[in-house]
Amino acid sequence: MTGGNDYLNTVVPHSDPLYRDYRPSVGVLDEDVLRLDDQVGFHPAMAPIQKMYQDGDVAIIHGVGYENSPRSHFRSMDIWHTCEPDTLGTEGWLARVIRDIDPHKENVITAVSMGPALFRALVGPGIPVATVENIDSYGMLTGLTPEEKLSRVLSRYRRMYSPAIGTGPVMDYLGQTGLDALEGADILSAAPANYSSSIEYADSSVAKKLKGIAQIHLAGLGSRIFYLDHSGFDTHADQVVTHARLWEEVSTAIRDFFDDLESHDAADNVVMFLFSEFGRRVHDNGGGTDHGAGGVCLAIGKGVKGGQYGEYPSTRPSDLDQGDLIPATDFRSVYSTLVEDWMGLDAVSVVGGNFEKPEFILK
Amino acid sequence: MTITETNLNLMAHLMRRAGFGADRDELEHRVANGYEATVDELLHPEQQIPVDYYEFLRYFPNWWKPGTMGGRGHAGWVWRMINTRAPLQEKLCLFYHQIFATGVSKVDHYDEIEDMIDMFRENGLGHYKTILMEVAKNPAMIYWLDNHENHATSINENWGRELLELFTMGIGNYTETDVQECSRAFTGWTLTHKLPRFHMGRWDWEFEYRPDDHDNGEKTFLGQTGNFNGEEIIDIILAQPATATFIARHLFSFFVEDEPQVPSWSVTPPNNPEAVDAIANVLFESDYHIGTTLKFILNADFFKESLFAKVKNPTEVVIGTLRLVGNTERPSPETMDWAIDITNMGQDLLNPPSVEGWHTGIEWINSGTLMKRTNFTAELMGDLTRPGVKNIMGRLKSVEASPDAIVTACLNLMGPLDVEDDIKKELIEHAETFGPFDWDNDSDNENAAAVASEIIQLIVALREYQFA
Repeated sequence: MTGGNDYLNTVVPHSDPLYRDYRPSVGVLDEDVLRLDDQVGFHPAMAPIQKMYQDGDVAIIHGVGYENSPRSHFRSMDIWHTCEPDTLGTEGWLARVIRDIDPHKENVITAVSMGPALFRALVGPGIPVATVENIDSYGMLTGLTPEEKLSRVLSRYRRMYSPAIGTGPVMDYLGQTGLDALEGADILSAAPANYSSSIEYADSSVAKKLKGIAQIHLAGLGSRIFYLDHSGFDTHADQVVTHARLWEEVSTAIRDFFDDLESHDAADNVVMFLFSEFGRRVHDNGGGTDHGAGGVCLAIGKGVKGGQYGEYPSTRPSDLDQGDLIPATDFRSVYSTLVEDWMGLDAVSVVGGNFEKPEFILK
Repeated sequence: MTITETNLNLMAHLMRRAGFGADRDELEHRVANGYEATVDELLHPEQQIPVDYYEFLRYFPNWWKPGTMGGRGHAGWVWRMINTRAPLQEKLCLFYHQIFATGVSKVDHYDEIEDMIDMFRENGLGHYKTILMEVAKNPAMIYWLDNHENHATSINENWGRELLELFTMGIGNYTETDVQECSRAFTGWTLTHKLPRFHMGRWDWEFEYRPDDHDNGEKTFLGQTGNFNGEEIIDIILAQPATATFIARHLFSFFVEDEPQVPSWSVTPPNNPEAVDAIANVLFESDYHIGTTLKFILNADFFKESLFAKVKNPTEVVIGTLRLVGNTERPSPETMDWAIDITNMGQDLLNPPSVEGWHTGIEWINSGTLMKRTNFTAELMGDLTRPGVKNIMGRLKSVEASPDAIVTACLNLMGPLDVEDDIKKELIEHAETFGPFDWDNDSDNENAAAVASEIIQLIVALREYQFA
């Protein structure tokens, strides 16, 4: 959820009298809140997620962030991607996970980034990632005809992209990317052809990406990590309309995705994790909310132990930091749960330390 | 000036960076004119015959105020870049668009962002203060960063923060209080005719200053206290050496050598601190005059030594290829496709992913975008009917019809491009697989052209070709 998702309006503390005071302009009306219990409820656009919560498949992790939030989108996102709050991280946390899963690079599509961007969380030296925007047109030099010429050129291409010693990290990266692209395209070309589904996905960019993920997952190609984003959560203004639209898109896409997997009996081994670079300012600004600190994460799937983890941060004025919620849970502890309890890997080397884990994965 | 290998390499470098590359005829002509004279020419776009934008509009009248034209509102700008005789002028528009990244995803109407690009085109070589003032009053920017919601009674920090973080100083040079005080000074800087939309279309947006919605109280900003308005804030910002360094680093990263991504600048020193300092000095001494600063950069040794130190951005890939192959000048449905090709390679012009702009340098490349670059370039360079490709074939005919000589000549004409010996060996081996070929008669010509064409397609697929 790129842009800084507003925690207070995603998981609304409806029983907190201060909420009404803080949110005169963009507050979710009490009667519209999708109640989860007598304290909190979801934004009204999140009905599909509310249903999954009631089924016990959604974990809400409260008050996630890190100390001294810079309140900058970009620096914050970098920190989330690299687990390096103090220095410039050059390696993504998921890149380390990919290396642990597949140390000998036996599968170049262990991780798939739903493009066009390659997310920094996945970037690391020597780590292959397939960056797929449209799986149907994923292929190298596909315009070359006849077939004979294509295979002649591609085999030369392969030779010329093979590692050249001593040419530097940028050339190495390019060389590896080219080779991984060739190999990944070969593997992925099977996925759309073998896919059929009774689920009609909603018409949004996030639904399209999730459909692509479902296609690859269902093809059983050994992909373990899929990454996508949905942007526009930077709701400084017109928040009421924008935030509702975004959650409508995200919620329905998630519902369609899991329905699709379930209809193929393939939902059990998928956990979806949702985060944003920061939450937003507690007090609204008349039409929206400015950059804040503590935020909320969601984990969704059959492998998730549904419920709420951690405490909702105090909204008392004296407990705010420059007007923002103080996060009580370090984001690296949430990552640790995913890495250890879901992926079965050692989290310390991935997130760079020991963090107490919220236990939101079923044992 | 005589045409030597060094001169040619340097001129090709200059044209890649200060433009979108140039074919061999143009390079030879420019070398004859001289390097410094070419820099001066590039710095004076007003001396060139401007692109006749009405020609584009005659073919695509809907692109006069393209509104919400799905995903193709930037086609008019793309057409300008293909056709301009003042390439540095368009390159600078791209530079500023990367810094003042404003997107149709929120602004909704392309027209308003096009107006900002037009403003960059007009003022790009002038003072940075002019750009900042114009951007601060630009309705697309005001809407993009919510300054229309920044009121005397209740500030909205979005513009105030990004002005400091992304447009002038960078993180670490101001406090949260400075962000708020800066925002207060820009209260009342708003736009009119915003909504509602009228049934016959939408009124253009205009900047409006509303004194009644401006916070006239005293502000303390970067250690100075006074009843500041927006322009005074910009003056205070520009008086900070940190601002000159920050803009210098942007110029260095765009024109000289890829720097790490902007968000990391607060914690990572520049690759070449001396060069950035030297640029910052020129900026500061010239009141941030961009033309003066660019003249310094393009004539500096650090620039002349930075051959192929940048990864081409998608616009450079597409426009560079189109200008090279030719027969791309007339507005056509292909123009629209090419606009989308840039998007597919990861640079949706007039619609950057966020106010931070695009992640550049090596981050342009991933398995998906590398495919798209390669596929696009190889297809056009393989089209033997394109005048630019014919031109290359014509020059190759004067070269001995041997694999070695053809490969050497192709590498030269596609850059000149310098590759490792083992890569060259592969290309020669590839040419050898075709058996003997020559340029003696028409049917031989066709055969030899097929060999050369395939070699060129392999060259544009090379790693080395991704650099500018």
